[in-house]
Amino acid sequence: MKTLAIAFMFVLFVLHQDFWLKDNGTLVLGIVPASLAYHMAFTLLAAIGWYFMVRFAWPRFTDDDETEAES
Amino acid sequence: MTQTIIVIIYLVLLLGLGYLSGRLFRGNSNDFFVASRSIGPVVLFMSIFGTTMTAFAMVGSTGESFRVGVATYGKIASSSALIHSACFFMVGLPLWALGKRNGFHTQIEFFRSRFESRKIGYLLFPILVGLIIPYLLVGLMGAGSVMQGVTRGAFPDLFSSTGGAVPPWLTALVISCVVLYYIFAGGVRSAAWANTFQTVVFIIMGFIAFVTISSKLGGMQVASSMIDTAKTVRSGNITELQFFSYCLIPLSVGMFPHLFQNCLTAKSARSFKLTLIAHPLAIMLTWIPCILIGLWATGAVMPDGGTPVIPEGASPNAVLGMMVGKLTTPIIGGLVTAGILAAVMSSLDSQFVAVGTMFTKDIVVHGFGADRFSEKQLVMLARGFICFIVLVTYLFTLVEPRQVFSLGIWCFSGFAGLFPLVFASIYWKRATKAGAYAGVIGGALMWLVLFQASGFGADKEYSIGGTMPVVPIFFTCAIALVVVSLFTSAPSQTTLDKFFTKKS
Repeated sequence: MKTLAIAFMFVLFVLHQDFWLKDNGTLVLGIVPASLAYHMAFTLLAAIGWYFMVRFAWPRFTDDDETEAES
Repeated sequence: MTQTIIVIIYLVLLLGLGYLSGRLFRGNSNDFFVASRSIGPVVLFMSIFGTTMTAFAMVGSTGESFRVGVATYGKIASSSALIHSACFFMVGLPLWALGKRNGFHTQIEFFRSRFESRKIGYLLFPILVGLIIPYLLVGLMGAGSVMQGVTRGAFPDLFSSTGGAVPPWLTALVISCVVLYYIFAGGVRSAAWANTFQTVVFIIMGFIAFVTISSKLGGMQVASSMIDTAKTVRSGNITELQFFSYCLIPLSVGMFPHLFQNCLTAKSARSFKLTLIAHPLAIMLTWIPCILIGLWATGAVMPDGGTPVIPEGASPNAVLGMMVGKLTTPIIGGLVTAGILAAVMSSLDSQFVAVGTMFTKDIVVHGFGADRFSEKQLVMLARGFICFIVLVTYLFTLVEPRQVFSLGIWCFSGFAGLFPLVFASIYWKRATKAGAYAGVIGGALMWLVLFQASGFGADKEYSIGGTMPVVPIFFTCAIALVVVSLFTSAPSQTTLDKFFTKKS
């Protein structure tokens, strides 16, 4: 799952470069230009991607580092 | 007048918050600089997000989408959704762990220890502070231009030279003093509390502005139908190479001294989890209303007269203030202005504390010894240096005509250009002291040469071979660091054991 989560983040990075998008300025729902709607969807996917990273690819810290204030 | 009263009430609320958090201040430098590493997930997220969203995100994004259109969100905001969290994950987390284990308070303490160089701080300090000044400038300029836009005509006798609007110099002066008060009251803990409060304020007020302005224009669909069609597509407004090279700019969060310090305040590694997931969503909530308001401004006409809301030749910095001032009621205008000032101040506070911390820890304590000054004297020295930097920045605001967005991009390009230094220091054992010096000097010189060539940011379309200036800055730093490191001796085993221990 860790590998899948990391692979998903790489796919997202490639998707961010929207060169292939045929953008003619159509307004999605009559409000949001298509290019902006695409990147809004991308942002939601980024949040989902980071959920997977936190869930499956969280680094292991030493016991000392994970200890929960200093005086 | 009403707008000004609402803004004053908001500033008084902030002063009260500063007073309250000051009562919890433990009086020692560890509490002033890193809040005794006791900040939990929600406050950490609010603090980090509030710090990264400044006038650049509200005033700058509105002005830039008005100027170049829809690509503004894709080139900076959606790439930041991916890359900011990547920086927190790959840089913030390891730095937090190393900082807690070794007692680091600043970036320079970390680099000094990692590269076995007592003098690297004297090279990095002026560069980091020099890059923070334009960032502070962006905040003060943004606040001044918005306040001027929404109070136009309110004080015809008092401020006749600005058309009756509160002049930018006065706004910059007042918000500098308010921020100075509450960070002096309680250091980074006050900044974290204030950021939490202000992040909520600016997200809510951004939405209120969005809904009110769209309603005044006849609804969202009517408002969007007014957009200049040339601004609804990316092609013609930004090249593919420029769009791609913009991806390097969000790496700047990996080198921001104030974000480094924010990361050190975390109570545990788990505190970062909420930030990683929520940061992209919060970026969207903040940027989308501003981007759409900027797009609507390209063709919006006043509901009664049919005259354009934004007159021909208006400065992009003034677009948000004009849209709020002309298309909302005075009360809504005041609340939204308070929200914009919240976004500005939630960055200024962390930046002020960061420069004070660097000066105290990296210059004073390092130069004169830890026993030379008492805890109280250290805090006073930090406050004194913060006042000096604020004064320098304030003087710049009196003469600075640049666009908020372009000045912000130059500042971020400088920090992003130094990103190879922090990345190599965490992940590459062969990164050496000489390599670090070469990378920092190479990156800083390249930034300076290009910044000067662009007329110090005046040329908004300045590029190198079709790419953003951040590309040559980044690769100069990276190549110099790698090549010189490979030709010089590796760090000692003691240092490698300290920074590259196996996880248990």
